[in-house]
Amino acid sequence: MNERITLKYDVHCDDFTRAGEASSSVKRKLKLMGVNPDVIRKVAIALYEGEINMVIHSYGGTIEVIISPSVIEMILRDTGPGIKDIELAMQAGYSTAPDNIRSLGFGAGMGLPNIKKYTDDLKIESEMGIGTTLRMLVYIPLEE
Amino acid sequence: MTLENFINIFDELELVNKGEELDREVTKPYCCDLLSIAMSKMPQGAAWVTVMANVNTLAVASLTDAACIILAEGCNFDEASLEKAKEKGITILRSHMPVFECALMIYKKLNG
Ligand SMILES: Nc1ncnc2c1ncn2[C@@H]1O[C@H](COP(=O)(O)OP(=O)(O)O)[C@@H](O)[C@H]1O
Ligand SMILES: [Mg+2]
Repeated sequence: MNERITLKYDVHCDDFTRAGEASSSVKRKLKLMGVNPDVIRKVAIALYEGEINMVIHSYGGTIEVIISPSVIEMILRDTGPGIKDIELAMQAGYSTAPDNIRSLGFGAGMGLPNIKKYTDDLKIESEMGIGTTLRMLVYIPLEE
Repeated sequence: MTLENFINIFDELELVNKGEELDREVTKPYCCDLLSIAMSKMPQGAAWVTVMANVNTLAVASLTDAACIILAEGCNFDEASLEKAKEKGITILRSHMPVFECALMIYKKLNG
């Protein structure tokens, strides 16, 4: 695998029936490409948390995944309210998710911390009333 | 134990959906209803015992390569989620047992 592969997905707000489809699709493709299972796991966790955040907290957006031989880059762009205090949002347990979201098993305030933990690099840009962009990198270790 | 065996061995568990890859290994029971934790901590090939029955449970099960979902406390998926489980080939069982007792029963069978 030498070329770069770019995958694009739309994410719709409040649509839980489709939430996780982008993550599942990326996972399937990486598996077919024979990518290291630990890398796939990290990508799946980070992407799913990011995708769910777009469904819950934004008005919708796009996910772009660029797969190259040494790194997987994921760019999640949404339009929405934005994140006022990113440092606060990154803290484990901080959540503004309403009760109906909690009853679905989300809203524990662990999404962003999980993303941080399972990616090798994370950059968040957010503008109030405009939207949020997450850029995350997961490196693919060289096979021996 | 293979998933095929697992499905057949428990009288206490009702089969809700027979999924795909029945020759795969069921490794251990895992309990958690909080999806962010389940997502990051679920062991490969887990028998995931939970009371969280919605489409997100299915997404997490498939992303973490859980072997099957076991709904405890008599919980049940709605029609739409069941359809999705069939489409995704996810094996689902259910029981009226509490989460801990259900997982303990599975643990004993897998380790004894
Ligand atoms: N894409 C987003 N747009 C707006 N706000 C967001 C977004 N992602 C996260 N947030 C904010 O950051 C908080 C923490 O996010 P997270 O750690 O994923 O926890 P949770 O989703 O469980 O609330 C959210 O409650 C929300 O206030
Ligand atoms: Mg979240």
